[in-house]
Amino acid sequence: MIEPTYAIEAQEEFLYPGHLACQGCGSTIAIRYVLKALGKNTVVVIPACCWSIIAGLFPSSCLGVPLVHTAFETAAVAATGVRAALDIQGKEGVNVLAWAGDGGTFDIGFQALSGAAERNEDILYCCYDNEAYMNTGIQRSSATPVGAWTTTTPKGGLEDRPKKDIVRIMAAHNIPYAATANVAFPDDLYRKAKKAASIKGMKFIHILSPCPTGWRIPSSESVEVARLATLSNLFPLYEVENGSKVIVNYFPPKKVPVAQYLESQGRFHLVSDEQKKQIQRNVDAYWGGLMKEVKKK
Amino acid sequence: MKKVLMGNFAASHGVRLSRAQVISAYPITPQTHVVEELSAMVARGELNAKFIKVESEHSALACCIAASVMGARVFTATSSHGLLLMHELLHWASGGRLPIVMVAVNRAIAPGWNIWNEQTDTLSQRDTGWIQLYCASNQEILDTVIQAFKLAETVKIPVMVIYDAFILSHTYEPVDIPDQGLIDTFLPPISNPEALTMEKAQAFGSVTNPDFHMEFRMKLHETYGRVFEEFEKLEEEYSAQIGRKYGIIEPYRCEDADLIMITAGSLAGPSRMVVDGLRKKGIRTGRIKLKLFRPFPSEALREALKPAKKILVLDRNLSPGTGGIFAHEVRAALKGDTRSIWAFVAGLGGRDITPDLIESMFFDALGAEVPISETIFKGVRL
Repeated sequence: MIEPTYAIEAQEEFLYPGHLACQGCGSTIAIRYVLKALGKNTVVVIPACCWSIIAGLFPSSCLGVPLVHTAFETAAVAATGVRAALDIQGKEGVNVLAWAGDGGTFDIGFQALSGAAERNEDILYCCYDNEAYMNTGIQRSSATPVGAWTTTTPKGGLEDRPKKDIVRIMAAHNIPYAATANVAFPDDLYRKAKKAASIKGMKFIHILSPCPTGWRIPSSESVEVARLATLSNLFPLYEVENGSKVIVNYFPPKKVPVAQYLESQGRFHLVSDEQKKQIQRNVDAYWGGLMKEVKKK
Repeated sequence: MKKVLMGNFAASHGVRLSRAQVISAYPITPQTHVVEELSAMVARGELNAKFIKVESEHSALACCIAASVMGARVFTATSSHGLLLMHELLHWASGGRLPIVMVAVNRAIAPGWNIWNEQTDTLSQRDTGWIQLYCASNQEILDTVIQAFKLAETVKIPVMVIYDAFILSHTYEPVDIPDQGLIDTFLPPISNPEALTMEKAQAFGSVTNPDFHMEFRMKLHETYGRVFEEFEKLEEEYSAQIGRKYGIIEPYRCEDADLIMITAGSLAGPSRMVVDGLRKKGIRTGRIKLKLFRPFPSEALREALKPAKKILVLDRNLSPGTGGIFAHEVRAALKGDTRSIWAFVAGLGGRDITPDLIESMFFDALGAEVPISETIFKGVRL
C-alpha cells in the first residue's frame, strides 16, 4: 500500500456506471481521474480504441461530458477541430481531451499527433497505454514491450527492440508539457491532469493502463501489477516541461526487480532468464539517464 | 463588383462571402491557391475564421469534421491524391450528416505523377455520400460555393464543388463578386441543432449495432431525394437576389436535336461551340451540361434527352474495365431505352480536348447506326 501524495478534492464523477469495459480495465480508472481533474467543461475526443466501445452503444454514453468519436488516426487533429470551433464561437474555459489507446497514438495516429504538437494546439492528449491492440484481440503495437506475447508475436516478439519512447518523442516537439502516469498512482495522475489543464498549448500524458485480458493477469490484480511497473523503475513517473525540464515524481523506496513485474503476467511467459537480465539492464540504464537529467538542471 | 479572377480565387471569394468559420487544408496542386488566398483573407482581417494548415489532407477533413460536429461552418479544398487520402473521412462526413463544403479540383492520379485535368478523382468518390456539383466557369464556381453551404446546411449532407484543373483553376475570367449583404441574407449564420454543445453530455458517432445502423443510412439515402427540389429552391432564391442560375443540368439546343452530347465541367463550353457549328451545317445537335452528379439527375436527363435519336457521352475520366463513369451512370438512368449510346473517353491526364475532336465524336455517331464499341477512346496516339 502506498499513501497518496496529493489530495483528490474533486467529488463529481464524469464516468458513470454501466460502461462496457472488461473487468479490471485500467483505462476506466484512468479516465475517471482525468475527468475528475478536468471537470464538466470538457469535450472528449475518442478515436478507434477500446474506448470506442467502452463509452457505450448508441444512444447511450457513460461519460458526463460531450463526446466526439473519430477515425482511428485522427484523435489529435479532431481535438484540434473541436478547439477551433470553440474558439471561433467564443467559448472559453473548455478543456479538449483526446483520449486514445497506444495503437492510435504510437502507430496509426502518430502523424496527426506530431502535427498537433508541432502547431502547439491547445489540447490535452492522453494515451492510455495497454501495450497492444487489445480491442481487436491482442496484436502487437509499437508500444508492446520486449518479450511480450501477443497474437502477432506468438514467439515473444522482437527480441531487443525497446518500446518506442513516446514521452521523449513528444517532449522533443518542445511542447509545454509531457508526462507519464500510472493508474496505480491515481493521485499523481489527477495532479498531472489538473496541471495540464492549467497550461495553454499542447499537453501529453502517457498513462500505463493494464489490460487483464491481454496481459494475462487476473482482473483483480491489474492495479497491483501496474504498481510493480513503477516500483521496478520500468515505468518511471516523470514530467518534461517545455521540452527540456525533467521532473521525476516518484522514487521507489525499495527497488523491486523487473523480473517480479514480468513474472506477474502471463504475457511474459516466453521471456528467458537471459532476456530478463537484459531488460533489467535496459531499465537501469533508462533510469540512470533520467537521474542524470534531473541532476543536470 | 466585377474582378478578373482565376477559378481558385473565385472559390476563395465564395468561401469568404459564406463566412466559413473553420478552414483546414493541406497544399496540393492545382488547389493550393484556394486556401492560400483564404489564409491571406484571414490574415488581412477580411474573414473571421480559424485557418489551420494541418499535416495531411486526411487530417484536414478530420479537423473539419470535428469542428462541424461542434456546430461551426467549415471548409476545405483538395485535389486528386489529397481527395483519395480523405476517402475514409468522406464517409465519416456524410454518415455524420455534417454540412461540410469542399472544393475539389479535378486532377489526374499517379502513376506517373500528373497534375493535369481529369475527373477520375472525384468520380471515384461517388459512393461516399457527398453531393457533387460540377462547375463550368469561374463565375459558376463562386456562386456554387455559396449555394453549396446553403444546400449542405439544409439537407445535412456534405457538398463537393468541383472544377477542372488549370482550365478553370488557373484561368482568369471576369467574375462578379456579389455584395456581402446580399449573401448574408441568402446564407444566414449556421444553426445546427444537432451540433454538440457544452450544455449536454451527448455523443457523436457512438457504436451503432445492427439495430440502428441501417436506419441512419436509409435516412441519408432518402434525404438525397430532397436534394433536387432543395437545390432548385435555393437557386430560385439566389437568382432573385444575385441574378444568376445554372440548373442541375443545362440543356443547350436540345429541343429538336437528333444527337445530344452529355458532358460536365469546362467541356460544356467547347461542346456548345461545336453544337453551334454543326447546326450551321444543318446537323441538328444539342448538348447537356451535367452540374449535379450526386444525386444523379436521371429524371431531368430523360426529359431533356427525349428528342434525341442518338446519345453521346463525353467522359474525361475512366473506370478501367467499365469505361467512362458519366456514361455508366447515363446508361443506368436510361435503362430500357433502345437508343444507341456513344460513350467517348478523351482528355485523360490533361490531354487537350479540342473542338475538332468533339466534332469528330458527333460525326462518328452520324456515320453509323451503332457504336463500334461500348467505350470509344478519342484523341489517342496508337
